[in-house]
Amino acid sequence: MNHRVNPIDKSYFAGERRDGDFTVIGSVVQRSDVLGHVTGRTEFFEDLALPDMLHLKMYRSERHHARISGLDVTEALAVPGVVRVLTHADIPNNLYTPLKLIGVGPDDEPILAEDTVRYLGDPICAVIAETEAAAYEGVSRVRVDYTDLPAVFDVEEALAEGAPLVNEYQGQNHFIYEGHHCRRIRFGDVDKAFAEADHVFEWRYQSAPIEQAPAETTGCVVVPQADGRLRVHSDTQACFFTLDNTALILETPFNKLRVVGGTVGGGFGGKVDVVVEPVACVGAMLTGRPVKFVYTRYEEMQVSSPRAAERIYIKDAVMNDGRITGRKVTLYVDAGAYARHSPYGTTKAAAHLPGPYSIPNVWADCHCVFTNRTPSSAMRGFGVTIGDFALETQMDRIARELGMDPLRLRLINAYRDGDMKAHRKIAEGTALVEVIQKAAEMVGHELPDAYRRMSSTHREGR
Amino acid sequence: MGSQIVSLVVNDQRREFIARPGTSLLSALRESLGLMAAKRGCGQGTCGTCTVLVDDRPVMSCLVAVETIEGASVRTLEGVARGGELDEVQSAFVDGFATQCGFCTAGMIMSAEALLERDPDPSREDVVEAISGNVCRCTGYASIVAAILDAARRRRDAASSGGDAPAVPAGSEAADGAGVR
Repeated sequence: MNHRVNPIDKSYFAGERRDGDFTVIGSVVQRSDVLGHVTGRTEFFEDLALPDMLHLKMYRSERHHARISGLDVTEALAVPGVVRVLTHADIPNNLYTPLKLIGVGPDDEPILAEDTVRYLGDPICAVIAETEAAAYEGVSRVRVDYTDLPAVFDVEEALAEGAPLVNEYQGQNHFIYEGHHCRRIRFGDVDKAFAEADHVFEWRYQSAPIEQAPAETTGCVVVPQADGRLRVHSDTQACFFTLDNTALILETPFNKLRVVGGTVGGGFGGKVDVVVEPVACVGAMLTGRPVKFVYTRYEEMQVSSPRAAERIYIKDAVMNDGRITGRKVTLYVDAGAYARHSPYGTTKAAAHLPGPYSIPNVWADCHCVFTNRTPSSAMRGFGVTIGDFALETQMDRIARELGMDPLRLRLINAYRDGDMKAHRKIAEGTALVEVIQKAAEMVGHELPDAYRRMSSTHREGR
Repeated sequence: MGSQIVSLVVNDQRREFIARPGTSLLSALRESLGLMAAKRGCGQGTCGTCTVLVDDRPVMSCLVAVETIEGASVRTLEGVARGGELDEVQSAFVDGFATQCGFCTAGMIMSAEALLERDPDPSREDVVEAISGNVCRCTGYASIVAAILDAARRRRDAASSGGDAPAVPAGSEAADGAGVR
């Protein structure tokens, strides 16, 4: 063993779990999957050779927002090797939303488009063929007549009066949270804080969608079993979530499906939506043969759901000594054309505000907005990371405006155990002060005594 | 032009199979020969997950029409562990935690094998250059580069001690349970 093991400072855990004598943390444990990886014997879903397997490829919308006025698959069906073309009429329960499993509605997304497409790449019909080449050829022969509808690509434009309606199942261009137009935080009185502040700073932050770009693209192989069940080999990050959602879409009992998975060639959140399994299952049911549906690299980049683009306005009331006394945040999550996981992501964004700081007056409106862009969804701390980018950039800019050390600004405002947070929960188990102190020490950043003596367990002067 | 019989020496064994002209080496390995270690990450020669050695040179097998390399020697990750024992590159990847999701690993190891065969003592820059066509989306490059340098050291040490030293040094964690097949 010639690699370095980081020493763990156990002093913080003294008194816990046998005096912080960790059995795994700080030691070297071989990965359980590594021998498969280095010998090439790890089985990913696509490492499955079935002689009678069919290939499914998707014809997708070439418009951002349009009515489908005609769909002609005659020429596609005439391609040698093409076995079947699936349309929305073949899907038992064509309309769904993945979070219906936890009671989130409405169903707002067709598995295959019915009369309208709402983003560039919206799936319209699936060509199933004996070979991948025949399936692609079939897709190229699908003919769709579109009648373009006005499209909207900007969150604030989508919420403006007169904007085109993106998703009629939602009924308006934002998700409704228990009767409210957004997720809200109301804590204290921000307007009073702004009136009494030494400084008021307001800046705007904007991110682009971010693609997860896993090395292995999204896909599955569905194998019909002799007992009538379907065995689904998938690279989903969420086997049971996929199983349950697929069963609802197929209108079949859960025990008619068996998902084989758990080996994921990179996910990063991008393999949580249930997008390939349902249509591949229908293909397998209707043909009685194994069906593979795997994204091309182009599809992975163009239509797999990225991290949402966000736009965030932060307005802060700040005193000369660095205390932030009020924070007002208006945050927009671009869900794209369908809800997917964005209502949840927007809730997470609200839950994360105003950052790990104790601010006595907080006001936030967090909007989950529908636009004619690729639906966004889960990715590595979605709803939180872009907020953190905005919040921490805001902190750095305030420090610069005040001529203050950015670490001291954070230490002054860092939450402490016992503080009332904006969500009306008492903070406990906080560690930001110690983390900043330790980080400062490790990089040789000098802090005055008063700052080195600060502690998460109590606020100085309290 | 119809299908034809193609003959290759794959991992030291002569293999013959029928392929249509234009069939990629990757498809032939996976679908005709059942060798699944090489992966299709992009199918367009940009990610390197399908890297194998053709006559000792690393190539992206998704871009090679199999009929154009008739008779060539092809090495895949399946052929690396000799006699059921991990070689130096594989054991260095195990010990150095140079795998995450595992999807790029086959290509990374084959690029490393090609490098170490032509240069037993590469610099860090040489290693970075050798894997520049292999994408690790989990971004584990630092540990991969370190593992390849470690593998080079292990192989040099084994050679200088007479060449009979076991591929996996006794006492290393990888020696336990690391046997394959």
